[in-house]
Amino acid sequence: MWEYTDKVKEHFLNPRNVGTIEDADGVGEVGSLSCGDALTLTVSIENDIIKDAKFKTFGCASAIASSSALTEMIIGKHIDEAKEITNDDISDFLGGLPKEKMHCSVMGRDALERAIANYRGEKIEKKEGTIVCECFGITDLEIQRAVSENNLTTIDEVTSYVKAGGGCSNCHDEIQKIIDSSIGGGIQIIDKKPEKLTTVKKLKLIEETLEREIRPQLSKDGGDIELVDIDGNTVFVKLCGSCSTCKKSEMTLKNYVEAKLREFVTHEITVEEA
Amino acid sequence: MKPVYFDNNATTKVAPEVFEEMAPYFVEFYGNPSSMHSFGGQVASKVSEARQRIANLINASPDEIIITSCGSESDNTAIFSALRSNPGKKHIVTSMVEHPAIKNLFKHLEKDGYQTTFVPVDNKGRLNLDIFYNSLSENTAIVSLMWANNETGTLFPIEEIGKELKKRKITFHTDAVQAMGKIDIDVEKINVDMISFSGHKIHAPKGVGGLYVRKGTRFSPFLIGGHQEKGRRAGTENLASIIGLGKACELAEKHMTGENEKMKKLRDKLENELVKRIPNSFINGDLDNRLPNTSSISFEYVEGESILLMLDEYSICASSGSACTSGSLEPSHVLRAMGIPFTAAHGTIRFSLSVYNTEEEVDLVIEKMPQIIEKLRDMSPFWQEAVKEGKVKYKD
Repeated sequence: MWEYTDKVKEHFLNPRNVGTIEDADGVGEVGSLSCGDALTLTVSIENDIIKDAKFKTFGCASAIASSSALTEMIIGKHIDEAKEITNDDISDFLGGLPKEKMHCSVMGRDALERAIANYRGEKIEKKEGTIVCECFGITDLEIQRAVSENNLTTIDEVTSYVKAGGGCSNCHDEIQKIIDSSIGGGIQIIDKKPEKLTTVKKLKLIEETLEREIRPQLSKDGGDIELVDIDGNTVFVKLCGSCSTCKKSEMTLKNYVEAKLREFVTHEITVEEA
Repeated sequence: MKPVYFDNNATTKVAPEVFEEMAPYFVEFYGNPSSMHSFGGQVASKVSEARQRIANLINASPDEIIITSCGSESDNTAIFSALRSNPGKKHIVTSMVEHPAIKNLFKHLEKDGYQTTFVPVDNKGRLNLDIFYNSLSENTAIVSLMWANNETGTLFPIEEIGKELKKRKITFHTDAVQAMGKIDIDVEKINVDMISFSGHKIHAPKGVGGLYVRKGTRFSPFLIGGHQEKGRRAGTENLASIIGLGKACELAEKHMTGENEKMKKLRDKLENELVKRIPNSFINGDLDNRLPNTSSISFEYVEGESILLMLDEYSICASSGSACTSGSLEPSHVLRAMGIPFTAAHGTIRFSLSVYNTEEEVDLVIEKMPQIIEKLRDMSPFWQEAVKEGKVKYKD
C-alpha cells in the first residue's frame, strides 16, 4: 500500500543501532502505545560530541526506519549541529517518506530534541500550548511549528506531519485557523514593512497625490491648489481660484488636503497655507 | 514468488472454474441481454441461470435476487429503500462494529437528521441485546446488522433477532458479505428482509454483488434508469461477472460442508500454534460463534504494519487493525468497540483463509511469525518494560 523507498525498506529490515545505552548521557522519549508510535532514543556524549546513539521503537516501518536513520545521522556530530536536524532531513536521508508518514520523521526530531535537552539539564515541558487535537494530544504550538517549518497549507498535511485531525475530526476548524493565521501572518509581514521615505520620494508622492486626488475635486467647485514648499513633513500650499476666497478653505485644507496627503504619503504630514 | 494468501476477507482470487465459465462472454457472446436480436437475447438465459444459482445458495427464489455492482451498493440500496418505503420513520439502528459501507452511511444519515443508534458490543464482539431491543420503537425504519464481522469473524445471532423483529414488524437488513458462502444461510429458516452479498469475497470477480429482497418487502430502487433487474436496479448487466457470480455460488454450495470444514481445521491449527509459541498473544472475537476461516490475533507491544511488511518478505499476505494500515490514524473501530487495549489493538493481525489454502502454507506462517514478533519486540521499548515488570505470559 505505501510506496516505500529502498532505503526505508533497508533501514526497516536491517535497522542500525537498536538498543539502549546504559547510563546514557541523554534520553529522549516520545509517543505512546495509544498513539501507535513511540521512540526512546539514548545517546552518549563526550565533549558535546554524540559518541553513540541507540533506539527502541514501537511503530510502523516508517517509524523504525526514521529512528534508525536518525541514529546514523547524529553519531559523530556536535550536539549543536545535531540540534539543527529537521524532520525533512530525516525524510530526505531515507529518500523520502509517504506524506501520510511524515509524522514518523517528526517523532524522530522530537526525540532528538528531548535527548539533547535532557543532557543539558533543560526541562522540556511535557506539553506546551493548548491541546487542539484530543485524539492524539497535539497542542496548537506543535501544529504551528509543523505548519511554519514545513510550509503546510492543508489540514491533511497537518495530519500527515503531526497526526492532529486524524481521529474524530472535531478539531479541523481549529487546525484551519492555525493554518490561516500562519499564512496570513506571512502576508501581513510583507505589507507592513515601512519603507524609508526620502525627500525626493516624498516630493513626488505629494505632487502625485495633489494631481490625482486633490486638484480634480477642487476644480469641481472652481478651485485649485498649488504646492509652494515642503519643510520636513510640513507641506506649504496655496489655494487658488474660488478656494482662495472660500470661507471653508480652512476646513478644506485640514479635512481634505491634509487627510489625503496623510493617506498617500505619510501620516506625519501637516498642511499649512503659504 | 507465489503469494501465501491469508487475506481472503479482503478479497479472493477468482476460482479457475468461474473464470472459465465467464470467458466466452467478453469477446464471443457479448450482447446486451435486453436486446431484441437473438445475439443479445441468447445470453439472457445465462443470466437467469446465474440468478438461479445465486438464489440456490441461500434457498431463495430467483426473483428475490437483485444483482448490483458490489456489497457497498447493496448496503446503500437496502438502507435507502427502507427509508423511502417508511417515510415517517426517522430512527435507524446498527451496531458499532459494522463495515464502513454501513457505518459511514449511518453517520452520513445522522448529519441529514436521522436518529441513529449504534449498539455496543462486549469484549468478544457480541451484541448487547438489551440495549438493542430497548432502542427499538415505532419510529425505527430499519435495523441493519452484519451477519459476520469482517475483522474477527464473530457471528451475530441473526436468527434470534430476525424472529423478534418480525414480531415488531421492523425491516431487518443484514450485510452478509463475509458470511455468504462460508456458513449456511437459509432464508426460509431466518426472518431477514434484505441480505447484501458480494462476489469478490466468494471467488467471483470484483465489481459484482447482490441484494436479496424477500418477496413482499416494500422496495424503492437506488440506481434509477433503464428497466434492468425488473426496474429495481438500472444499468446494463455486467454479463460476464454475473455468470461468474452464479458459478461461484454453485461452487460455494458444493464446498459448504467438506471444504469449509477442512479450512476450519487449518485455521484452528494456525491460531492455536501461534498463541502457543508466542507469549502475550490472544485471539479476538466470539470463539464459539465465528466464521470458519477468520483468525484475529493480537500481539502485544508491537505494531501491525511492521508485522505485515515482514510477512511480506515471505510473500505472506494478511491484514491488520493497526492505525498505520487503516485510512485514518486510529486503530480499527471494531477492535476499539470491543475494548481491546491499546497494548494490543495496534498489533492485531487478521488471517483469513479460503478453501484454496494448504497445510504447507499454514506451516510456513507458524514458522515465520514467532521470529517476526521476536525481532520487533527486541526493538520495542514497551516489550523491554514488560520483561522488566514480569509481564511476559505464555499460554498454557
